[in-house]
Amino acid sequence: MTRYALRVASVAAALGLWQLLTSLDIDLWLRFSQFPTVTDVARAFADRLAGDDYWTDLTDSLTRIVTGFLLAAVLGVATGVLVARSRLAEDLLGPILEVVRPIPAIALVPVAILLFPSNEQGIVFITFTAAFFPVLVSTRHAVRALPPGWEEAVRTMGGGRWRILGSVVLPGALPGIFGGLSVGIGVSWICVISAEMISGQYGVGYRTWQDYTVVDYPGVFVGMVTIGVLGWATSTAVELLGRRLTRWLPRTSYVPAGRARPKSPRPAAPAPAASSVVPTGPEPEEARDEHLV
Amino acid sequence: MSTSSETRETTRTDTAGATTGTATTPATGTAVRGTRLTLRAATLGRPDAAALADVDLDVPPGEILTVVGPSGCGKSTLLRTLAGLLPTLTGSVEQDGRPIGGPAADRALVFQEDALLPWRSLLANVELPLAIQGAPRAERRKRAAAWLERVGLADRARQLPHRVSGGQRQRAQLARALAADPRAVLMDEPFGALDAQTRAGMQDLLVEVLHGTGATVVFVTHDVDEALFLGDRVALLGAGRLVAVRDVPRPRDRAAHDDPARVALRRDVLTSLSI
Repeated sequence: MTRYALRVASVAAALGLWQLLTSLDIDLWLRFSQFPTVTDVARAFADRLAGDDYWTDLTDSLTRIVTGFLLAAVLGVATGVLVARSRLAEDLLGPILEVVRPIPAIALVPVAILLFPSNEQGIVFITFTAAFFPVLVSTRHAVRALPPGWEEAVRTMGGGRWRILGSVVLPGALPGIFGGLSVGIGVSWICVISAEMISGQYGVGYRTWQDYTVVDYPGVFVGMVTIGVLGWATSTAVELLGRRLTRWLPRTSYVPAGRARPKSPRPAAPAPAASSVVPTGPEPEEARDEHLV
Repeated sequence: MSTSSETRETTRTDTAGATTGTATTPATGTAVRGTRLTLRAATLGRPDAAALADVDLDVPPGEILTVVGPSGCGKSTLLRTLAGLLPTLTGSVEQDGRPIGGPAADRALVFQEDALLPWRSLLANVELPLAIQGAPRAERRKRAAAWLERVGLADRARQLPHRVSGGQRQRAQLARALAADPRAVLMDEPFGALDAQTRAGMQDLLVEVLHGTGATVVFVTHDVDEALFLGDRVALLGAGRLVAVRDVPRPRDRAAHDDPARVALRRDVLTSLSI
C-alpha cells in the first residue's frame, strides 16, 4: 500500500514541478517559457479524447504494431530455432542475417517505399524488422543454451524431431524468447512512431509530427503521453504473458524486506536446477545493447 | 554368466507373489521381457575422442549389470552407446542380435540429475513417455499416477521438479523410465548426487520396483559397494578398456556384505580400480 502511495507521489511531484516551471515561465538556460503547462496539455488531451481523430490514430498505430510485432515473434522464433538447430540453415541464413542485422530498421524506410505498394505495408515491414532481430537472436541463444540432457531424455523415450521441438526446445527456450520479445516490443514502438512521422497517414506518430509543424505544442505533448502509455501497456502485456508462461522457473527464495508472504514458504531453490535455466539470462541484455536504434 | 541370470529369474518368481498387489504392469510374461544387449569388438566415444576401445560385453535378458570405474573412464559413453545416442566407432552394438541404430523407447535412460523437464509437474513428466507412445490421456494419467505411487510420490505428483528434494526427483525419474515398460533400463549414476542414507533407500526402492518388470539393467556407478549390492555381475572399466566382468555372490542381499566371497570380490575390485 505504501509502495503505491510512493509511486503516485512520485508522478504527482514530477507533474507539479512541470506545472511550476512552465506557469512561472522559468528561463534559466533551459527555457520553459515556450513550454505548454500541465493544464494546457490536459485541456488539449480532453479535447482530443472527445474527437474521432484521436481514436483513429490510436487504432491505426496499434494495428500496425500488433501486426508487425506478431509477424516478428512468429518468424523470429521460427528462424532462431532453425538457425540454432540446423547447420545448413545456419550456413544459408547466417551471413545474410548478420549483415542485415546492424542496419537500423528506420534506415529501411527507402527500401520499404520501393518495395511495398502502400505506406501501410511499409510501416508494418519496418516495425516487423525492428522486433525480428532481438527475437531471432535471443531465441538462437536460448535454444543453443539448452542442457542436452532434456533432449537426450526425450529421444530415449522414442520422441522424434517434432516431439523434441514441442516438448523440449520451445518450452525450454521460452524464458530467453520472452527476453527478446520484451526488447522487441520496445524497439517496435520506436520504429512505428518514427515511420509514421516520416511516411505515415494517420497514427499517433503522424499526428504528433503534424501538431509540431502547425506549432500546436500541447498537441505534441498529448501525442508523447499517448505513445508512453501505449508502449507501457503493450510492454506490460508481453511481460505478464511471459511471466505466466514461465511460472515453472525456480525463483530465488530471497524476499525483499516488507514483501514477506507468510503463506507457503518456498523451499530453498536447488542450485543445480537454477543453473540449468539461468544460461538464457544474459541474452536479452545483449540483444538490448545491439538493437536500440 | 548364464547361471547368474538364471538365479536372478528364480529369485524374481519367488518374490513375485509379494509384489503383484502393487504391480501396475501386467504380470504375464514378465520373465521374457528383458532384452539382450551386446557389444562386439566395439570402440566407443566421439569421433575425435575415443573413450573405450575393443569392448566385448554381453548382457543377457533380465540381468542387472553394474559398471564401475574411475570418473572419466567412459562409463557414460558406454551407456549412451547402449541407449543409441552415440554410434560405435568400430565394432557393433546389438539388441537381441539386431544392430542398434538410434534411441528407442524400449531402452530407457536414467540420468544423474536434472533430466526431468522443469516446466512439467512430476506427474506430467512421468506421463511424457506414455504420451510419446500414444497412450490416451486418461490411461496415461492413471498409469503415471500409479507409478508415482509405487515410488512413494503420490502426494508430490502435482509439484514441479525444483520444488521437491533431489531424492524425490530421482524417484520420479525412475518412475518415468519404468512407466513405458522398457525392456532395458540404462542408469547413469542415478544416485550419485544423493547423500548416503537417501542412496541406500533408493537402492532398495530400485530393487523393489524392478521386480516384475523383467527388464535388463545396466547401472553405472562409481560406488563399489553400490555396484556389488545391485549387480548380478559387475563390469570394471579402466584405462580406456573393459578390464573384467565378475559374477557377484548373493546380489541384492543386504546381509551378504560380510560374506567372505563378497569381501574377496570387493577387495579385488578396489585393487583393480586403484591401478
